[in-house]
Amino acid sequence: MISERVQRLEPSGIRAFFDMVLGMKDVISLGVGEPDFVTPWQIRETGIYSLEQGFTSYTSNKGLYKLRLGINRYLKSRYGLEYCPENEILITVGVSEGLDLALRTIINPKDEILIPVPSYVSYGPVTELAGGVPVYVDTRAQNFKLTPKILEKSINRKTKAVILNYPANPTGISYAKKELDEIKKVILKHELLCISDEIYGDLTYDFEHTPFPTLSGIKNRTVYLNGFSKSYAMTGWRIGFACGSEEIISAMTKIHQYTILCAPITSQIAAYEALQTAKKSVEEMKREYRRRRELILDGLNNLGLECVRPDGAFYVFVSIKKTHLTSLDFAQKLLKEQKVAVVPGTAFGKDFDDYIRISYASSLENLKEALNRIGEFLKYLNLIKN
Amino acid sequence: MDEILEILEKDGRTTPEEIAKITNRSLDKVKKAIRKYEREGVILKYKAIINKELIRDEDSEVRALIEVRVSPEKDLGFDHVAERIYRFEEVKSCYLLSGTYDLLLIVEGKNIHTVSQFVAEKLAPLENVRGTVTHFLLKKYKEDGVILKHKEENKRITISY
Repeated sequence: MISERVQRLEPSGIRAFFDMVLGMKDVISLGVGEPDFVTPWQIRETGIYSLEQGFTSYTSNKGLYKLRLGINRYLKSRYGLEYCPENEILITVGVSEGLDLALRTIINPKDEILIPVPSYVSYGPVTELAGGVPVYVDTRAQNFKLTPKILEKSINRKTKAVILNYPANPTGISYAKKELDEIKKVILKHELLCISDEIYGDLTYDFEHTPFPTLSGIKNRTVYLNGFSKSYAMTGWRIGFACGSEEIISAMTKIHQYTILCAPITSQIAAYEALQTAKKSVEEMKREYRRRRELILDGLNNLGLECVRPDGAFYVFVSIKKTHLTSLDFAQKLLKEQKVAVVPGTAFGKDFDDYIRISYASSLENLKEALNRIGEFLKYLNLIKN
Repeated sequence: MDEILEILEKDGRTTPEEIAKITNRSLDKVKKAIRKYEREGVILKYKAIINKELIRDEDSEVRALIEVRVSPEKDLGFDHVAERIYRFEEVKSCYLLSGTYDLLLIVEGKNIHTVSQFVAEKLAPLENVRGTVTHFLLKKYKEDGVILKHKEENKRITISY
């Protein structure tokens, strides 16, 4: 009954582990891919008010014009990045939809899409669903960064595009402008496209985030994906946006209008409000995440667990090599023994069985307790003494 | 505002060691900064915010907000008369305001009777007090930025990508 293409998707072991976590009580979760903050009140209030006012209809396919204009202004003032609100910006149902649209828009059967791994879980499967072939580029030897050299090595004549994601889920690593410039040169040289998922851009802690399309000469070859979920703690509202050339955005809009029609109007109105008023809340959240990052890095270091220092987002990808456990085994045992949930590394690439992803989108209090429990767990595994 | 103050305002029990860790500063600097704030009176006190709604025992107290109209004194303005008022231990807070009255007091007492007694016998007879309006507090919803409710359950699903 089920198509072969769908049958091939996702390893089932992890699904079972997720169900196990969801069925358990009093778990401290470091396994969550969303902020622990609730959407700032003024944004929620705007959504409620719009419902009271009776804004319950469809919007135009591309999304409310004022929201697109708001995004245009935001990108211009924050990054000097200009996209025309009429035909270069599309409001999507989260970045997830934007990614799906972008891939379906550019892929011809058997086109290859380069995906630096470890990567966010959906890049590979969505590429396959669009009829493309995901080519995974292992970045662990370069501290989880895509370098021009390994990028160059992975390109052949079937290569169509590269997916970038920075700051990255699951590693938190990001790139300085100079590093991005080197990547860009390779993309231009081979006339590839770039899909740049920058949903965590606002959560960059040590330097300024550089959007890929702001680099000279690459804007027309880039689909820039961003959204409101992470910076405004609005994951459940499902609002993202895709920006690119008129050609690519109108092609993406074709699919969007048949499959989604438009993003929910309440969420679009709330997202507009977020752009107007929530800057202070974003800064506050960012400072809080940065403190949590320091706490978790220090804690992991004290436990002798290695990781690459993350530049942004709220994840650390931690090596569990010295435990000699598989990542699923580690996660299951940690859950059973100490009630701490983490995500096994294999979720982010089949070769990352000696890693786990820790999310520090949790209160300082929870993080401290979780670190204690991981310490106890390592003692139980006889890896550290008291 | 210094990040140290922001952290302590959120959780007064955060230790200097933890603050040093999460702000990436040296422990010595953090300790010095805190001592300085304490000395200068920037940090006045560390205390718990207690949700008294949940402890209805015999010592529970009533609170009233009292508007006070006073006549200022020559050369001393409001400060002198304010001091005569805020020295009473029943007065927990005292503010000088613009508008139709001058001082706003937060007064605590064992019950309505003791608060009324305080107003009638101590506050109102003061020479410079021209009038008072007492509002008894019925319910506290939010205090010092903290919403006073039972701990909210976590609404996030416990694991996601």
